[in-house]
Amino acid sequence: MEQSLFIAGTAGEGIQTIGDVVAQTFLRHGYHVFTLKEYESRIRGGNSSYRIRVSDRPLNAPRHSADILLALNPRAEDHYAATLVENGQMLGPKNVPFGELADETGGSALYANSVAAGALCAAVGLPFATLKCVLHDAFARKGTEIVSANVSAARAGFAKAQEVIGDQKPESLPLGEAQVSFSSAHETIPLAAAAAGCRFMAAYPMSPSTGIITAFARDPELGVFVEQAEDEIAAINMCLGASAAGARAITATSGGGFALMAEGISLSGMTETPIVILLAQRPGPATGLPTRTAQEDLNFALHAGHGEFARVLLAPSDPQDAIQLTVRAFDLASRYQIPVILLTDQLLADAHFSLPALHLPEELPRETFAEDAPTAEYARYELTEDGLSPRRYLGQGKQIVCIDSDEHTENGHITEDLASIRPAMVEKRLKRKQALMSEMSAPAAYRVEDAELVLIGWGSTRGALTEAVDRLRDAGRAVGLLHFTELWPLPPLNLDPDRRYIVVEGNATGQFASLLRAEAHVPVDTVIGRFDGFPLDAETIVGELS
Amino acid sequence: MTAFDAYKSLVENQWCPGCPNFGILTALKKALVTLDKLPHEVCLVSGIGQAAKTPHYLSCHVFNGLHGRAIPAAIGIHVANPALTTLVTSGDGCVYGEGGNHLLHAFRRNPDLTVLVHDNRIYALTKGQGSPTTRRGVKTRLQFDGVQIDPSQMLATAIVHDCSFVARGFAGDIEGLASILVRAIGHRGLSLVDILQPCITWGHWSMDQWKDHVITVPSDHDPTDRAAAVSLALETDGAVPVGVLYETAPREPFASSYRARVGSRPMAETPPIERTAVEKRLSRFEIRET
Repeated sequence: MEQSLFIAGTAGEGIQTIGDVVAQTFLRHGYHVFTLKEYESRIRGGNSSYRIRVSDRPLNAPRHSADILLALNPRAEDHYAATLVENGQMLGPKNVPFGELADETGGSALYANSVAAGALCAAVGLPFATLKCVLHDAFARKGTEIVSANVSAARAGFAKAQEVIGDQKPESLPLGEAQVSFSSAHETIPLAAAAAGCRFMAAYPMSPSTGIITAFARDPELGVFVEQAEDEIAAINMCLGASAAGARAITATSGGGFALMAEGISLSGMTETPIVILLAQRPGPATGLPTRTAQEDLNFALHAGHGEFARVLLAPSDPQDAIQLTVRAFDLASRYQIPVILLTDQLLADAHFSLPALHLPEELPRETFAEDAPTAEYARYELTEDGLSPRRYLGQGKQIVCIDSDEHTENGHITEDLASIRPAMVEKRLKRKQALMSEMSAPAAYRVEDAELVLIGWGSTRGALTEAVDRLRDAGRAVGLLHFTELWPLPPLNLDPDRRYIVVEGNATGQFASLLRAEAHVPVDTVIGRFDGFPLDAETIVGELS
Repeated sequence: MTAFDAYKSLVENQWCPGCPNFGILTALKKALVTLDKLPHEVCLVSGIGQAAKTPHYLSCHVFNGLHGRAIPAAIGIHVANPALTTLVTSGDGCVYGEGGNHLLHAFRRNPDLTVLVHDNRIYALTKGQGSPTTRRGVKTRLQFDGVQIDPSQMLATAIVHDCSFVARGFAGDIEGLASILVRAIGHRGLSLVDILQPCITWGHWSMDQWKDHVITVPSDHDPTDRAAAVSLALETDGAVPVGVLYETAPREPFASSYRARVGSRPMAETPPIERTAVEKRLSRFEIRET
């Protein structure tokens, strides 16, 4: 069983409320749900939709066509009509008068959202009893009157939709068996960061990253100090100051803000100050499409910051993965004294995934600082075999810590010693990459054993790629998937040269494909890119390969 | 009692011989000694420029960051380790130019920091271009026909924003400057000290010319009188008043509600949230059965 439901309307009309109620109803009924919000960059008006994909098996990937379209107004009906599959069911003001039914049953047009939720549940075959439970829980704190008004309105919508559908009325869905959690990656990342010992967060609001700072601010018990900076430059410099003074720090932004942080990333590299930077990608260049998704900033994240220094790029694929990689980001940043960039995107910010119960990694590595130096003076940039100097924070004990963005001596003071110190410091900053490479994780392999064609993807596209592989396998194609979440430094790869490799990513120029070709000599055959602002989906991938 | 020599640094100084920055450095050391601060209790944060090299020339914790970005870095340091006495020491180009926006927002935040601006009214390290405080009409190595725009008035701006300690110092008066710095560092909240510092290489006025212009703040000036303080701050070209221009009861300093909740120890010395508390939050994403 797999169904795609779109709730379409204008921003502020209540599609979020309807979508949440219907998604919860499916989840309560034991089904897997994947939801995606799609909206314009405006506060009110425009076209937006809440997309619910429901199935009796895990399927955390978007679908861009609807089996059932519930349109809250005639304009949404027109705008989204093309997304409806042949013989799909349209529910709209023409056949379900949401406002009138709400007024008749609940006593106010305010209950139109519950009418709509009821209609949608009827159209898909969800039993009314499950919906009633969800509504009860959702409105219980507002009192029994509000609960019963919502239930009445939903019942009216439910009955009306059954009447509209008539003979094609679906069988009532049996109770499913899914035992799942339902979350977005941007909801789990702040929790994982706090668990990893993050104490400081400074950021400037920018879609689609704003949820990260908001989550820290909403939950002071996480113990993370939160500051809305005047700009992204201030944000990253505050984080670096905090980190130098011993606090694990994170900032979050999107492409434009990340551009402003570039000098700070370089400062992290030069001063060897750990920092985690979450870069939630959206389509560019410049302002681009603020509320849409893309994987366009890989090259930028890889190269942002002048000069040469080591860095790590991690790209989670779902909320559980995001937990693991967030903890890992803090650990790597700290152990290697470098910037670590977590690449997410609007999909990972807004989409909700059905997953087994979420869990923290077994190990939560803690920050450790060096003991007092045996010498009279502590040398922040002591030259060592592996390039890593014992790290102490500003104000730790009585030994002075000197941190400098200029080229510096081992003691951290400005130097122009080009003969010995400069080359030694350059090598010091770079040589940690060797050790890093050896601990980067290999890509996740899916159905590759006998695959003649191997698809390669990274980050948020895993669900769509997995679904595409399954569909191609069903059609008799020997296809597999290699999916990367640890992008840089690339782990050692030993890919069979006799297979065909196609990289699938959310950009126009094949950024990851170029990286694989240049750095790992992967014989990439072709690249499938999606760059219209929508997330990659199995339908598109399968279509390109047929 | 902290000895003056405790602050001695062995780093070779890169300032021009005779630069008034040496006077500022001496005054700063004197102030820290007077306040009985030990080197490891002090953190100097700077950006880029000749003034921004100051932290290297005395012994204390140093964060010499990016041009213009000393204030945000200092805010991060101060929040993470409030046990440190954190000061920013940088030039007019760094604090008022490249980092002007951060200063404006620092007025609003009121972190417990002292900001020393070595104000030489010129970009010295880049060899003589106009700075935010270069006067209109002054010819420079870039503004060949004279600067065509007006200087910024950051001290007045600070007072307008109710920055609770605003002073003007003079690098030619080391004792006077040291006593201003003692008050500035001791003040709880943001303190801004603009220090008139003749640039002996690119400057428009020599030290002697400056001495003719500098006067002390009138003894009957009430530093809580905001309007009077603004008037004194705006006197920048004739008789330039030096001293504490504005000082009011400190406002609630930045991060005080966080500190009230978690205490004043460095973040590095306090445990983060318990694993089980995070696990409890993660379990809220689980779907309850019908």
